[in-house]
Amino acid sequence: MTRPTHDEGLSYPETPSQTAGPFVHIGLALDVAGLPPRASEIGPEIAAADATGEAIEIHGRVIDGNGDPVEDIFVEAWQADAHGVYQTDYRAEHAFRGFGRSAPSATDDGWWTFYTVKPGRVAHPGGQPMAPHINLMLFARGINIHLHTRLYFDDEHQANAGCPFFNALPPSRRDTLIARRDTQADTPRYRFEIHLQGPQETVFFDF
Amino acid sequence: MAQNKHNRFVMRDRQWHPRPYAPAYKTSVARAPQQPLVSLQTPTASELTGPDFDRFALGRFDNDLLLNFRSGTAQDGLPIGERIIVHGRVVDQYNKPVAGTLVEIWQANAGGKYRHIKDGYLAPLDPNFGGVGRTITDDDGWYRFRTVKPGPYPWPNDVNSWRPAHIHVSVMGPSISTRLITQLYFEGDPLIPLCPIVNTLDDPEAVATLVARLDKAAARPMDCLAYRFDIVTRGALQTYFENAS
Ligand SMILES: [Fe+3]
Repeated sequence: MTRPTHDEGLSYPETPSQTAGPFVHIGLALDVAGLPPRASEIGPEIAAADATGEAIEIHGRVIDGNGDPVEDIFVEAWQADAHGVYQTDYRAEHAFRGFGRSAPSATDDGWWTFYTVKPGRVAHPGGQPMAPHINLMLFARGINIHLHTRLYFDDEHQANAGCPFFNALPPSRRDTLIARRDTQADTPRYRFEIHLQGPQETVFFDF
Repeated sequence: MAQNKHNRFVMRDRQWHPRPYAPAYKTSVARAPQQPLVSLQTPTASELTGPDFDRFALGRFDNDLLLNFRSGTAQDGLPIGERIIVHGRVVDQYNKPVAGTLVEIWQANAGGKYRHIKDGYLAPLDPNFGGVGRTITDDDGWYRFRTVKPGPYPWPNDVNSWRPAHIHVSVMGPSISTRLITQLYFEGDPLIPLCPIVNTLDDPEAVATLVARLDKAAARPMDCLAYRFDIVTRGALQTYFENAS
């Protein structure tokens, strides 16, 4: 059933991706599909209210090539804790989980939300610290293999300016990764618009 | 068993994976990025770590779709459809088992209808079938579900597009680099080569790896048939030290 690939010597080919489709929610975001929750679900709460760090909300939207919001998008987030450490042992009972899932429901006009704390700075392999960021993965109907991007914060000027990862990106496209702080909201809230196509197309990564 | 070791992984072969822009699958046209992906020469801890779910508490029937949507008593009905076991191993590209990883599935019922508020297909819901399951691979990378075989269903693409019977499969793997969502098809389904979503894959060998094979030896006599579906995640290369100079 699997055969070694020609270019990797002894390795087998990875299972190929297929779109998560329009009904991804019944499997991975049950509330959005209208299904009752199980004993534990992986939801949009990356960090609970009692987690260490500055509580923030991420309010995001994905826009397609026609300018329309992608209402059936499904988003996963992975981030370091407030000290800049990736907590890999996921458990629902932890205050800081590091990983979350979110999807807009029918009345949200494509907006999805994460509840978390602002991540700390993680070291780049070169040694310098990277600016605070959240890693995002996008899945949807019409997306045949999921997309990886990163969210940076507009109120971290200095950290962004010194971030070796951020500065390796083409200058004209860096701005597509910046979430904007919404000064109206009570809880610090950041808005992040991801564009799949067009002049503002978000940077997506291969790694 | 915790999987996170900051491994680097074999590069993803983007020619083997589906084409993002595939006009015969119409929704992909406005949703495929137009710029090339930015390739990271130096993946960081952000890419090389990910959540481990081996201590995530699952419910007793989470991997049994025959039982996990019943309202509670043994007298409640069972779902209608062909009873099947779907099982296989999650291994990496070097054939090493991927233990303790979260495998999640979702599917239509035997009539081809999803229990999703947005599914408008006229086929009926089955009161005893939810269509969602999850499990965690064992030490040798094995996973196992019990379910019914899903039905094919029509979808708005061309005027007469039908999806082959399929189960959506999600695998986390040891890091976000290995994250993967795919679809499992069934051996012998004549709709497979006609499907615009299947055909986002250029290589027929790639399609073949998504076809679950009848595994008669694993069937339960007088009870249910079995299908085998192995999953290959990206191969772990060498250990990477976060603070290496
Ligand atoms: Fe489907």
